[in-house]
Amino acid sequence: MKRLAPWLLLTLLLAGQASAATPLPPDSVYQFNVTLTDQDGHAQPLAARRGQVQLVSMIYTSCAMVCPMIVDTMKLTRKAVAEPGRDKLALLAVSFDPARDSVDALRSYAATRKLDMRYWTLARTELKDARPLAALFGLQYRQLPDGDFNHSSELILLDTDGRIAARTTVIGRVDPVFVAAIDKALAEH
Amino acid sequence: MAGRGSVTQVTDPRERVRACTGLAIEENHRKWFSSQTLRMRAWQLSMLMLGALLAGPVVAAEYAPLPGGTFTSVLPADGKAAPAKIAPFRLRTEPVTNAEFLAFVKAHPQWRRDQVAPVFADRRYLTHWAAPDALGDALPQQPVTRVSWFAAQAYCESEHARLPSWYEWEYAAAADARRADARSDPAWRERVLQWYSRPSSQALPSVGGAADVHGVRDLNGVVWEWVDDFNALLVGSDSRDQDGADKMKFCGAGAVSMQEKENYATLMRIAMLSALKAVDTTNNMGFRCAKPD
Repeated sequence: MKRLAPWLLLTLLLAGQASAATPLPPDSVYQFNVTLTDQDGHAQPLAARRGQVQLVSMIYTSCAMVCPMIVDTMKLTRKAVAEPGRDKLALLAVSFDPARDSVDALRSYAATRKLDMRYWTLARTELKDARPLAALFGLQYRQLPDGDFNHSSELILLDTDGRIAARTTVIGRVDPVFVAAIDKALAEH
Repeated sequence: MAGRGSVTQVTDPRERVRACTGLAIEENHRKWFSSQTLRMRAWQLSMLMLGALLAGPVVAAEYAPLPGGTFTSVLPADGKAAPAKIAPFRLRTEPVTNAEFLAFVKAHPQWRRDQVAPVFADRRYLTHWAAPDALGDALPQQPVTRVSWFAAQAYCESEHARLPSWYEWEYAAAADARRADARSDPAWRERVLQWYSRPSSQALPSVGGAADVHGVRDLNGVVWEWVDDFNALLVGSDSRDQDGADKMKFCGAGAVSMQEKENYATLMRIAMLSALKAVDTTNNMGFRCAKPD
């Protein structure tokens, strides 16, 4: 019995981290070690989002035109996803302007854009991590002299293990092919 | 409609570059410039470099201070005419070598070619080495190539540095032995183009060429080099349209409005970098690191 106790404890501990114990697929974006800080100031590794199907994009909150369209398109796309899978779909927008997008900026953006924080996360990275993260997602951005950014506008679908399952460049309306991919990912979930 | 924030996602960047500039991006692109004479000269130059190098082993990485300032890039900062503003920074005097990258891989085994995650490097990563932890025929003092942007980034972090931005790199490469900006001198251009004339099948020279006015070596003439914002160079500067089909606008920002059009050599670099993804590795793509002043 004495010898068993530590094993029991270990088993219990491991059971609580079942998903963490399964190795990540090599093509998972969660291979990248980066900390995300959300609109409430909570910091956690990107890989902590493992286990959920999610839509991801990158924006910056002072962006007046295209970024709100990206956010709106994420909202529309979620609405187009079939029930009951829809409830399991998470939405994540990461800033590529960490210099200006503080936690406060993210929080007020969430309020202004009336984002439902039950499934939305706005996040920032450390300054040095924004470009690798964008590269990982295959997104491009370039800062202009006036502080604005040019950037590619895409929605990316991550499966539960952080593999890029689909992507769309359709912004401003729902892309039915992309929605079908989300439905499929959620059904497999 | 004040905000820019932009767009224009184009499917294959190679197609994009080809469409805009008429340049086909291939591994053997340099053959376009080849001529017997140029090839001979390049060969002589590389033998000279090799001689200089065999003189002694290179020790810890050196960084040279560059003053920065206002710089007329071939890529206007705003897509029209704005010069780039470059803060003072320090640049590695030489590209990272095979020996240096081997030491890095030994200290950080997650960057061995047999352990690296495919989200960080393609299948060709470091395949010119004899083994994941041995160079074999790859010479220690040759610049390391077949490294992805992610691997280059990670290496620079290990030197408490980062990759230079395109503007920093372009600014540094504008120098010659006497001037910080020698680009208007036909001799500068010829030197760059000479390099393009070297067949890409030829072995890479070792690092340690002649120092420029800043004390930096090998910016032109040895390898292509990763820059931090490699994939942002041809993102249009005022491309608000969502349909992605606005090629003229894209080209207008990325290529047609390039300043210093005669600076074809630099355009080649931008085209090459823009055609790559962060996981890509090529036979001639190496890197060096930069630090803030």
